[in-house]
Amino acid sequence: MGNERPLTMNIRPGEPPPDLKGYERAGGYTAVRKALRDMTPKGVTALVKDSNLRGRGGAGFPTGLKWSFVPMGEEAPRPKYFIANADEMEPGTFKDRLLLEGNPHQLIEGMIVGSYAIEAEVAYIFLRWEYREAERLLTKAIAEAYAGGYLGRNILGSDYHLELHVHISAGRYMCGEETGLLNALEGKRATPRYKPPHPVISGLWGKPTVVNNVETLCNIPHIVNNGVEWFKGLSDTRDSGTKLYGVSGRVRRPGVWELPMGTTIGALLEEHAGGMRDGFRFHGLLPGGASTDFLTEAHLNVKMDFESVSKAGSRMGTGTMIILDDRTCPVGFVGNLEAFFAQESCGWCTPCREGLPWTAKILQALEEGSGQAGDLERLALHTKFLGPGLTFCPLAPGAMEPLGSALKYFREDFERHIRERRCPWR
Amino acid sequence: MLPKEIEQTIEAATRRYPQRRGACIEALQIVQRHHSWVSDDDLKELARLLQMTTDELDGVATFYNLIFRKPVGTHVILLCNSISCWIMGYERLREQVTARLGIAFGETSADGRFTLLPNVCLGACDHAPAMMVDEDLYGDVSPATLDPILHQYGCAGTPGKGDGERTTADHEHQAR
Repeated sequence: MGNERPLTMNIRPGEPPPDLKGYERAGGYTAVRKALRDMTPKGVTALVKDSNLRGRGGAGFPTGLKWSFVPMGEEAPRPKYFIANADEMEPGTFKDRLLLEGNPHQLIEGMIVGSYAIEAEVAYIFLRWEYREAERLLTKAIAEAYAGGYLGRNILGSDYHLELHVHISAGRYMCGEETGLLNALEGKRATPRYKPPHPVISGLWGKPTVVNNVETLCNIPHIVNNGVEWFKGLSDTRDSGTKLYGVSGRVRRPGVWELPMGTTIGALLEEHAGGMRDGFRFHGLLPGGASTDFLTEAHLNVKMDFESVSKAGSRMGTGTMIILDDRTCPVGFVGNLEAFFAQESCGWCTPCREGLPWTAKILQALEEGSGQAGDLERLALHTKFLGPGLTFCPLAPGAMEPLGSALKYFREDFERHIRERRCPWR
Repeated sequence: MLPKEIEQTIEAATRRYPQRRGACIEALQIVQRHHSWVSDDDLKELARLLQMTTDELDGVATFYNLIFRKPVGTHVILLCNSISCWIMGYERLREQVTARLGIAFGETSADGRFTLLPNVCLGACDHAPAMMVDEDLYGDVSPATLDPILHQYGCAGTPGKGDGERTTADHEHQAR
């Protein structure tokens, strides 16, 4: 197991991030130099593919594979676009904020290398409005990168050109879904797009476009600098690299830490988050944001990597766990999530637009003591009707993951609400 | 008519997108920064500048929750109501805020000083419950720390922090 923390080694919480000089002193922008001088774009993509880096935004799609689908060469449609998804809005997720505020040059460098790999001419950082500090720091860092010759025309004397802009969004969870994000960037409502064609073929303004998560991109400079074997060695499991894990809820030390990929759920909860607060007992958890299935005490030994969490019946998602304690009502917990999803549905497709408010209303009724016989069956039916393949995008299926698993693990708690005609936690 | 400098800022924004309408969300925010909300007249003017129809632009403006199509107070409070904050005391915090300001979500206080809005996860879950006032983020908000925060923004009837109290002027922000 590696002890290296490449993504956060130059981040000092409470201190300003490294400026250009400081970042260069720490070895920054050597990956841009190396890629532009010694590597072909296809060579960079092949390296990232070999590294087995998987997307850190939640879905875990292999990054190099995504890049390899982009049309290359003289015949390719242009301009091509490269986008960092910095819209971090998955409830319970606060890891990209650390990278954006802690070391903006690292993200910019990852974007330059990624853009070079797909021969993109224009790049955007799609940033949620609420990340005000990140906007300020990114704007400053981008200006420094232009002045330092890392952006603009003929980067470092090569014949490669790249323009990088920050797009400040104005809310709505749907923007985090990559095709919703593309519509938002084009100045439209952030409704999702039909796939295929996938954005890598026809994305922003119909041109080939790659969208990657912030944490994903922050890995790129380190992979270019240190190679595939090093990157695989950082991990404690089959998925490569480190991972930014977070824990929130009634634990002693909520926080976010960069650790070897595959750190167990129990280690995160006990060693890093310091265990439960006095007077609270662990009851369950969502491993990676609001749209992942619950796991329970039986899963504390599960490694937090894509494959292991999937085998345990959930998804690693964003890797930021939300802890359910014994003094928090599981029905209220899920009710909060479904109210969120119902509100954030873009309304484009019927199952999501109609089904999510319905589930939220049933859960609210249970909480208020007006639940009825058959409500749990109605909720279970929704987890099928709003499931994968029956909606236009993954929002509703994601919303059904915590609901379906809560009905499985906390069924008795749900039934008590109906039987006692009240919430036992209130 | 929009002031010349706003038009120029919007014009600069359009150059970052291959089509003028690409800048429309940014343009709405620019107007909002100056006027604190987007009026029908501003919307019409913007649509003309961006070569969109007014309805097209309003369809965008009304989709995004941080574009305000109604007047807001001098300070806008965004209270996180997502799961980690809900676990850590959001409901109690909401009760306290609404009691102090005398308004519910979506309303503006009678003196025009505060607008209160719910917001999805602010990405500050390790410091839940969290809220923003204008552009400032506050974490670990407790019954004890809420009043001094509101006081900084001039909420009448909330006690300050005593000796260490910061003046309202320190925190006067241009309304978004």
